[in-house]
Amino acid sequence: MYPSRFRYEAPHSLDEARSLLAQYGDEAKVLAGGQSLVPLLKLRFAAPELLVDINGVPGLGHHRVEAGVLRVGALCRHVDLERSSVLARHPLVASAAPLIADPIVRNRGTLVGSLCHADPQGDWASVLLALGGHVVAEGPHGRRPIPMAEFTLGPFQNALRPGEIAVEAVAPAPRGQVSGRYLKLERRVGDFATVGVAVALETDGDRVVRAGIALTGVGPHTIAATAAEQALVGRPLTAATVEEAAQLAAEASRPKGDHRGSVAYKRHVVATFVRRGLARTDLEAVA
Amino acid sequence: MTALDEIKIGGLGASRRRVEDARFVRGRGNYTDDIVLPGMLHMEILRSPLAHARITSIDTSRAWEIPGVRLVLTGEMMAQRNLAWMPTLSYDTQAVLATDKVRFQGQEVCVVVADDPYIAKDGCDAIVVEYEPLTPVVNPLQSRAADAPLIRDDKEGQVDNTCYRWEVGDRAATERAFAQADVVSRMQLHYPRSHPSPIECCGSIADFDPATQKLTVYMTTQAPHIIRAAVALVAELPEHMIRIVSPDIGGGFGNKVPVYPGYVASILASILLGRPVKWIEDRTGNLASTGFGRDMYLAAEMALRSDGRILAVRMHADTDQGAFFADAQPTKFKIGLLHSAFACYDIGTGHITAQGHYTNKAPGGVAYRCSFRVTEAMFFQERMMQAAAVDLGMDQAEFRRINLLRDDAFPARTPFGFLVDSGQYGKCLRLGLDAIGYEQFLVDQAEARTRGRRLGIGISTMTEPLGAGNSREYDILGIKMFDSAELRVHMTGKAILRVGAKSQGQGHETTWGQIVAHELGIPAADVIVEEGDTDTAPFGMGTYASRSTPVAGAAISMVARKVRAKARKLAAHLLECSEEDVEWELGRLYVRGAPHRGATIQECAMAAYSNMPDGMEPGLENVAYYDPPNLTWPFACYIATVEVDPETGVWDVLRFVAVDDCGVRINPMVVEGQIMGGLTEAYAMSSMQFQTYDAEGNMVGSNYMDYLLPTAWETPGFELHEVVTPCPHHPIGAKGVGECAAVGGPAAFVNAVHDALSDTGVRNIDMPLLPDRVWQALQDGRDVSGMPPVRSD
Repeated sequence: MYPSRFRYEAPHSLDEARSLLAQYGDEAKVLAGGQSLVPLLKLRFAAPELLVDINGVPGLGHHRVEAGVLRVGALCRHVDLERSSVLARHPLVASAAPLIADPIVRNRGTLVGSLCHADPQGDWASVLLALGGHVVAEGPHGRRPIPMAEFTLGPFQNALRPGEIAVEAVAPAPRGQVSGRYLKLERRVGDFATVGVAVALETDGDRVVRAGIALTGVGPHTIAATAAEQALVGRPLTAATVEEAAQLAAEASRPKGDHRGSVAYKRHVVATFVRRGLARTDLEAVA
Repeated sequence: MTALDEIKIGGLGASRRRVEDARFVRGRGNYTDDIVLPGMLHMEILRSPLAHARITSIDTSRAWEIPGVRLVLTGEMMAQRNLAWMPTLSYDTQAVLATDKVRFQGQEVCVVVADDPYIAKDGCDAIVVEYEPLTPVVNPLQSRAADAPLIRDDKEGQVDNTCYRWEVGDRAATERAFAQADVVSRMQLHYPRSHPSPIECCGSIADFDPATQKLTVYMTTQAPHIIRAAVALVAELPEHMIRIVSPDIGGGFGNKVPVYPGYVASILASILLGRPVKWIEDRTGNLASTGFGRDMYLAAEMALRSDGRILAVRMHADTDQGAFFADAQPTKFKIGLLHSAFACYDIGTGHITAQGHYTNKAPGGVAYRCSFRVTEAMFFQERMMQAAAVDLGMDQAEFRRINLLRDDAFPARTPFGFLVDSGQYGKCLRLGLDAIGYEQFLVDQAEARTRGRRLGIGISTMTEPLGAGNSREYDILGIKMFDSAELRVHMTGKAILRVGAKSQGQGHETTWGQIVAHELGIPAADVIVEEGDTDTAPFGMGTYASRSTPVAGAAISMVARKVRAKARKLAAHLLECSEEDVEWELGRLYVRGAPHRGATIQECAMAAYSNMPDGMEPGLENVAYYDPPNLTWPFACYIATVEVDPETGVWDVLRFVAVDDCGVRINPMVVEGQIMGGLTEAYAMSSMQFQTYDAEGNMVGSNYMDYLLPTAWETPGFELHEVVTPCPHHPIGAKGVGECAAVGGPAAFVNAVHDALSDTGVRNIDMPLLPDRVWQALQDGRDVSGMPPVRSD
């Protein structure tokens, strides 16, 4: 791999990292797991002046549940979530983790890095969107939460301001009975999703209290299937409500036909996966 | 004394652990990129971003200004030295660096040589090339259109985009047979363009020494002696001043047979600069510019009798050759061995026509894990067999059984001229059907269908011609396709064996020692195997087309037998008897009638250096060249069962049974490894793998995001079985095996998916059977043909 020339800094504190980012602005890139950034460097699609390697910054590798709230630090690797024992109340996260890329990428890549990369085919953005989560940014003016729904601005564009660094992703505490599942159709393990569907449900008895449905790879960015979610809230899960949600989610998708499949196919798989995601709440992987 | 146990000394049939793995798994291999020479420079290639364009200007001035840039070569500079074009193995020409036009995306335009690879890459980025875009031609249909642009306007007399026409068989007899047919079955399909994609890309280090005038080239080649011959014959350098070294190779699969522009440019750069020049290709360079496989459109008809007997086959093939006809194949047939199709069946008669087409795509079709075009031949054969069985309303296993050659039919001449010499086809098929539980599966399948589940079973039976090859059918640059072995036994009975073949991971260092152990009784562990250095190895034609064991392996047997003949003379001397009275058992010579009086092979070796009879030349060594009388004809029966998810088109392999008859197995473990590797590639081709081009000629599949290699996660398990029918003409009865599974495997998977769709009217979905294509076929009840389209809908 022969990237363009760049400067490399490995700060030991968040303050130091922030000041480097403030100094270099758009010319700086944060290196966490590097699983998206390094290929871009290799192809010379990205040629930043400075890489700020945050792997030496303490206090970012955590993931923990506090009062039901899941907090995932900027250096928490996918594999940490795959092997986690604290995700009983966050089944969607537990179900998505083993479907991220391949085992080698999972050893190194990070959830927060994936959110920041804002690839429309990134799986974690759908998961956090379905959960109603947010990203915590730290910048020159302190900390601020950015709701996931506002974090991704477009393909490979996030809402971080110059000098800001994403330090944590947060999923709120669920209420009632929890279920959730991530379904992903890929041509091969490690492939980007042809279609990915994140489903998160909170139920009280047989009523749905909260529904989150988000779609991966079927639009210019991750899509929240809001109408499908609303069709479920306050109602029981029946064949009819499930079917309605499936159709509304398919309508919300904006796929492009490519060598992974036609528009009609991808829409059909969205509906199929919403149906399966609502019908089956175990963690079994699909496809 | 008791006889040696052949398995214990690592002889024939021993699943000896691979000796080369000790260094490979420790990261101690010695690949081209591991070699560092003093004063070495680095070369990078600037490639064309366009598929078809006229070059209007090239400005290299900014590249020359970069500190550390030592040389920038353009096509013009190559032309001044008569090196802008080079001949291909298919008697065409290929541009080394483009002078007039670029003819495919990724074509080599300039090279930059610099102090390190980063600077070389910066140098490439600094070159400004201006292009005038021309209409790209991306498939044979466009290629033969009346208004198609002429791609090869460099060739005198070339008026259209046809690069060859060829035919074989008996047209008249075939027509007569079709006139008598009860049923005519038809099949049309496309075998997609794929890429061998070895994990190690191509590369070379050219080291021209201005003082000695000797050129040494370390390079990723499967055939170092052919490279030396080509450099000597084409570049007119004296042959003794050329040394080609092929170090450890990280996979070849046919990709490392051709001569690539990068090799040529690095050699010229080293000659011009008087310093070693290293070129290491990146993944995109490898996928986008080096030898691909397949890309063939096949249409055929089969004439059938209502009782299920085949009367004749008629086929036409259109091949997409890319910009240059650079097929790396040694047969004397333009279409390679496509006409080995149906060799395992009694088909009466047949006729095949073929036409090659230039397109604006990467050149250099290679025999990707196959003997040239055999993969297409056998895939087509087995898809056609399934379709014919459906058309006849016959069970697919029974239809195969009644048409397979019977055990008493050998040797059998095929309608296309091959001599198939041995096999037990019926036994292999029965073993496979029993192993998969064929009859029970049909019951389960019918029961599952009533519950909406789609199960399918696919069979693929085939023999293929392996081990290029007998000189009636093969040569390269006029050189016959023999191979060679040189065996030197040291005084303590240890030995060094040098062979003209070249392993790329096949385990030669392990297997070759076992042949020596079998022939001489010297433990395999006492034999060092060397390959790949043209200054030390005897002349051989390299490793591809599953030819190493059939040809080089035979040479090893023969050289060991020559050594044994001399050991016999030495034994007679030691035992004080006449040579006629000396008997051989494994590792030992003894006096007939007095078995206690004997000399071991090691004692004979010592005598060759210390106690030879008067008048005998000292030493115990010899060399053998082996020109095979025929190809070897292994047989395989592969059976897959699958379940198709009708909602998503995703299909999962339930079981896969492989029965291989590759004759005598030297190292059964190595053979099984070859079969599993081949089946993995077969699964890849059938399920996920292809290279395609959009309308502009942009390649989809020039990196591992789009060109998919299967991983351990999705690759199914394989159940292996064996039948042994020794090869009648090979000294130890072995046949080729490396490619069987990659050749015969795809049809088993694909037939199984189609079997699961048997009630839908879908006759053919072209590979790869990606979920969306299977789903589409299920939706429409119609075939899905051609490359997966690059849509923008």
